[in-house]
Amino acid sequence: MTNPHAPPLLAIRGLSKAFLGVQALDGVDFTLRHGEIHALLGENGAGKSTLIKTLTGVYQRDGGTIALNGAEIAPRSVEDAQRLNIGTVYQEVNLLPNLSVAENLFLGRQPMRFGLVDRAAMRRRARAILDGYGLSIDVAAPLQRFSVATQQIVAIARAVDMSAKVLILDEPTASLDAQEVAVLFDVMRGLKARGIGIVFVTHFLDQVYAVCDRITVLRNGRLVGERRTADLPRLDLVAMMLGRELEAAAHRLAQPTEVDESAPPLLRFQGVGKARSVAPFDLDIRPGEVVGLAGLLGSGRTETARLAFGVDRADSGTITVDGAPVALRGPREAIRLGFGYCPEDRKKEGIVGELSVRENIILALQARQGWLNPIPRRRQEEIADRFIRLLDIRTPDAERPIQLLSGGNQQKALLARWLATEPRFLILDEPTRGIDVGAHAEIIRLIERLCADGMALLVVSSELEEIVAYSRRVVVLRDRHHVAALTGEDVCVERIVAAIASESSPPVAEARP
Amino acid sequence: MIQRFLPLIVTMMVLVVGFLLCAVQFPNFASLRVVGNLLTDNAFVGIAAAGMTFVILSGGIDLSVGAVIGFTTVLLAVLIEQAGLHPAVAFAVALAVATGFGAAMGAVIHWFQMPPFIVTLAGMFIARGVSFVLTTDSIPINHPLYSDLNDVAWRFAAGGRLSLPAMLMLGVFGLSMLLAHWTRFGANIYALGGNRHSAELMGVPVARTTVAVYALSGLLAGLAGIVFSLYTGAGYSLAATGVELDTITAVVIGGTQLTGGYGLVLGTFGGVLIQGLIQTYITFDGTMSSWWTKIAIGVLLFVFILLQKGLLAVWSDRGGEPAEA
Repeated sequence: MTNPHAPPLLAIRGLSKAFLGVQALDGVDFTLRHGEIHALLGENGAGKSTLIKTLTGVYQRDGGTIALNGAEIAPRSVEDAQRLNIGTVYQEVNLLPNLSVAENLFLGRQPMRFGLVDRAAMRRRARAILDGYGLSIDVAAPLQRFSVATQQIVAIARAVDMSAKVLILDEPTASLDAQEVAVLFDVMRGLKARGIGIVFVTHFLDQVYAVCDRITVLRNGRLVGERRTADLPRLDLVAMMLGRELEAAAHRLAQPTEVDESAPPLLRFQGVGKARSVAPFDLDIRPGEVVGLAGLLGSGRTETARLAFGVDRADSGTITVDGAPVALRGPREAIRLGFGYCPEDRKKEGIVGELSVRENIILALQARQGWLNPIPRRRQEEIADRFIRLLDIRTPDAERPIQLLSGGNQQKALLARWLATEPRFLILDEPTRGIDVGAHAEIIRLIERLCADGMALLVVSSELEEIVAYSRRVVVLRDRHHVAALTGEDVCVERIVAAIASESSPPVAEARP
Repeated sequence: MIQRFLPLIVTMMVLVVGFLLCAVQFPNFASLRVVGNLLTDNAFVGIAAAGMTFVILSGGIDLSVGAVIGFTTVLLAVLIEQAGLHPAVAFAVALAVATGFGAAMGAVIHWFQMPPFIVTLAGMFIARGVSFVLTTDSIPINHPLYSDLNDVAWRFAAGGRLSLPAMLMLGVFGLSMLLAHWTRFGANIYALGGNRHSAELMGVPVARTTVAVYALSGLLAGLAGIVFSLYTGAGYSLAATGVELDTITAVVIGGTQLTGGYGLVLGTFGGVLIQGLIQTYITFDGTMSSWWTKIAIGVLLFVFILLQKGLLAVWSDRGGEPAEA
C-alpha cells in the first residue's frame, strides 16, 4: 500500500475452468492487495471453491492468468502453492488430530539435528509462534484435545509461518461461537497489519461487514463485481449474490390455496432450536399450507428442516402435532407421525443408487411397517407403477437401478418414496436443485397439487421466484436465525431480499450455552 | 502426555505382572536363560511385527508377511543348496526380493486406490504359491556359515545367551523407534494414519510414504525369513503360516490402534513378548494343551481392544473442551 504503482499481491485475470463441459469458472477476475481482507462471496455453484482450488493447485486452470506480485504463477499442487506462499485454512480444519500441536505446525519442515528431528527445538519454536497469537497451550498435547477455534488458529499459524503472503480462509467461522469469532478476527487484523492479503470466504454477511475491506461476488461461475465494503449497502450485496434485478422481480405465478387461518395447526414449533445449528424459532404449519424457507446458503434453512424431521435433535423448545406434544427422537419417530423428508443432497442422503426404482420407492413405506412385515411383491409393483405414472418418472421399467435415471427423475422417485407413505407433513429441501427446466415446472405443479390435497409442506429453496410461486407463507432466515415471516402481499422477491439483507440485531452466532 | 503413553504402560505392566506370576509358580523361570530363549524364539515374529507396526500406524494392514517369511526360507534354501550361492549373496537377494514385493503392493494400493486388505491378501497367496512352485519339500540348509551364525551369541555368566536372532530383533526395534519418532518419514506415517486427506493437503508425500511403508514391511518380513531359516536350518513352503496374524496381534496388544495414527513401536515389542511369555508358560506347565496359548492370546487381544475403545471415548469427551490455560 506504500507504493500505489506496485503490482497487487495477487491478480487473477480471465480465469476459466470447466468440468465435463460444465463451466465452473468463466473468465473470472480477482484482485487481492497487500494488507487487505477480501471477502469472496457467492451462493452454491458460484465458483468460489473452484477458484480457491485453482489458486491452491488442487485443480489446473483451463484459461486465464494468475500473477503473484506481478509474476505469473501456475501452482501444480498444494505443496507448490505453499512454496509460492499461498496458504489455505479450511472450515474442516485440515490438520492431524492425532499429532501434537507442535508436530502439526512443523510437519514436513521439522527442525533437524544430526539427521534426526530435534523435538525439543520443535516444541520451543511452536511455543514461540503461538505466543504471537496470544495462545499459550501445551504444544506437546495432541491437537484433538483443543477446541475448533484453537485448531483453526494453529492452522493459520502453520500457513503464515510457512511464509504465506496470501492466506485463504475458507469458511473458518462456520463452527465457531461469537467469542471465538472475535478472537479469530483479531488474529486476521493482526495479519493484515503485517501486510498479508487474506481471502475470506463466509456465509455470514455481518462478518463480511465487520472485518472485510473489499468484496468480490461470483455467481454461476462469473464475476458479478468487486466493491469496497464501505461503498456497498447490504441490499445491493444480497442482490448481487442472488442475481436479482430488484425492479424486475417476479411476482407470484399462481394463487396458493386458501387455508383456514382459524384451523388448529397440524404442527407447532415453539422455541425449537439447537446450539450452533439454528437459533430457537416458533413456527405453525396448517394442513394444506406451503411454508417456504428462504435465506442464503448456511443461514440455517437445512438445519431447520433437519430439526423438523428429527435428523438432528433440538436442544430446546417443544414440538406439537395435532395439539399433542411429541418427542421427536429421530427420523423413525417422524415417519411414524406421518412426516416425510427429501434431503438436499439426494446422491448422499436420498437415493440408494444400486437398488431399483421400485425398491427405492417402497423404502420408506417398508421402513414404517417394519422389515419383519414385508410388503408383498405384487403390492410393491402396484405402488411403484402408480407413482411412475402419477409423477411421470421416465424409466423403461420399475426394475432399472435408480442411478441410471436423470437427476429430475431421481428426485421424483424420492418424492414418490415419501408420497407412498401418505404423509401429513412433507419437508422438501431444494426439490429442484440440479434438474432440468421441464422437470422443474412439473415438480412445482406437483407441490401445488399436494397441498390442495391437504398435505402440509415445508420447502427449502434457493430459487426465490420458485418459493414465491408456491408458498403461502415464507420464513426468512439469516445467520441461523428466523428473522421474518412474510404472508399475503408480502410474499414477493423484494421483501425476501430485504429481509435477508436487513441489519441484524441478534449476534452473529449464539454464545455457548 | 500421559495419555499417549497409557496403552504402552498397560502393555508393559501386563508383561511384568505376567512374568512375575510365572516366576512365582516356576522357580526356574526368572533366569537369564529363559529370557534369552524368549527373545530368540520370538525374534522372527518380533522383526516382522516391527514392520507391521509401521503399516498399521499408516492406516493399512499387511497380510502377506507370513507368506513372505515362508517364501524367503524357500528362496534361501534353493539359492544356497540348489544354485550353490554363498549365503551372504542369498541373503541380499532375498532381502531385495522381499522389499521389492512390498514396494509393489504399496504401489498398487496407492495408485489403484485399492484396499490394503485385499492387495496384501493377494500378495499372501502369490508369495505362498510361488514358494510351493519352487519346492514342496522341506530343504535343509547345510552351509557352514549357518552353524557359524547360530554360534554367534552373547553368553551370560549366569547361563543363557543372547543369540544373533535376538540381537537382530533388539536392533530392529531400536532402529524402528528412531525411525518412528525422530525422523520426518516417521511423522509422515503417523500423519497418513491420522487423516490421509489432511496429510496430503499439508504436503505429506503420500505416494512415496505409502510405497515406503509396505517396502519396509517387506524388508523386515524378509529379514524375519532369514532369521527363521537360521532358527530352523531349513527352507519350507509351509513355514510361518499365520504369522501375519501373530504380528497383528502383537501390534494391537502393544497399544497401536488398528485404524492407524496412534501407537508406539515399543508397545509392539511388549506385545511380542507377552505372546511369547504365554507360550513359555504353557511349555513350562507341560500338562496344558498348547492351544491354551491361542485362547489366552485371544482373550488378551479382546481385552486390549476394549481398553483402547474406552481410552478413545475418554479422550474424545475431552475433545470438546477448550484447553487454553
